[in-house]
Amino acid sequence: MTDALKNLLYRMADDALILAHRHSEWTGLGPLLEEDIAFSSIAQDKLGHAQALYTILHGLGEPEPDTAAFMRNAEQFTCCHFVELPNGEYDFSLVRHYLYDAAEMIRYRALAESTYQPLAALARKVTGELKYHLYHAQTWFVQLSAKGSEESAARMQSALNEAWPYALGMFEPAAGDAELSAQGVYPGEEAIKAAWLDAVMETLAQAKLVVPSQAEPVYGGRKGYHTDYLQPLLDEMTEVFRIDPAAEW
Amino acid sequence: MATIISLDPRITRAQIESYDPADVQPKPDLDQFITFEVFHQAKSGARHIHVGSVHAPNSDMALLMAKEQFGRRGQTHNIWVVCTEDVVTMHANDADIFATTPEKVYRDVAAYMVRNKVEAFKKEQRGDTKE
Repeated sequence: MTDALKNLLYRMADDALILAHRHSEWTGLGPLLEEDIAFSSIAQDKLGHAQALYTILHGLGEPEPDTAAFMRNAEQFTCCHFVELPNGEYDFSLVRHYLYDAAEMIRYRALAESTYQPLAALARKVTGELKYHLYHAQTWFVQLSAKGSEESAARMQSALNEAWPYALGMFEPAAGDAELSAQGVYPGEEAIKAAWLDAVMETLAQAKLVVPSQAEPVYGGRKGYHTDYLQPLLDEMTEVFRIDPAAEW
Repeated sequence: MATIISLDPRITRAQIESYDPADVQPKPDLDQFITFEVFHQAKSGARHIHVGSVHAPNSDMALLMAKEQFGRRGQTHNIWVVCTEDVVTMHANDADIFATTPEKVYRDVAAYMVRNKVEAFKKEQRGDTKE
């Protein structure tokens, strides 16, 4: 079971780390002062989630959290393509923030009931943060679509069209899922995706946006195949760490 | 046009040209959002205390911004936001209606020197005749 569990932990941790970095790229550039602070603080929370997951992995014999985060190459990462994509305009960043956090909420709610205690404890600990992230994402999402101007609604729809195939890629089937599900550790990506679709459809109806038809999920990230955007992100993220990996911080 | 000579180095450095005040165009209306006043409650049952304001297009967004600005640090149980325009207030020029004339101090609790009488009574009860 350990391999399946490690695989789950790595893909969750890598998603959180990479998206945290993307979110943090908005620091100082956000559209409003308050929003700049909010987005940065959410990025920090995500980084914290990644650290907690790498710490659990370390307990299972994997490298130290800093080593796991900063010393791997792109092909060793198992994040989905969705989190690697550049921020683009704020519309795309917000759509990604919403679609990702809607999934995180469902995933962590399920994990709160996990038979694997370290993960269940973490899930219970971060519930409040995730609730806030989703509340933040959802409020903006509906504000800029149904409650916004014609232009903002059009931009949100076009960002959604762009994001959707990648968002579906978050739920790339994993080989160990059946085993984890049988052991009561994690219900598996199919189950999370079904619950996610229900939740997202409700919000999309509120936002008066429509799901693009015939969208094929973008897979590959979980197997180490990535977009060309990941390596430059890693180079930048690890720039300081690599100067002296043994340094005490 | 001549450049403004100022003791403030920023102005001199900016090389602002002197101008005729009559040529100055009025500023356009602010393109900012409206403001909401934020009231912070630290614990369940505690008072909501006014802590500041946020800019937002509507109350949903104001609550979201207020959560981040005023609920991020320290203990928070709840937050209220109220549209600044909905706050009813006295006119600042009418501040004098709160003034009390010296003749009316008898209406203030502080004006009653009952403590002296209480102390005197206690002394008497103790049989303490010393002044």
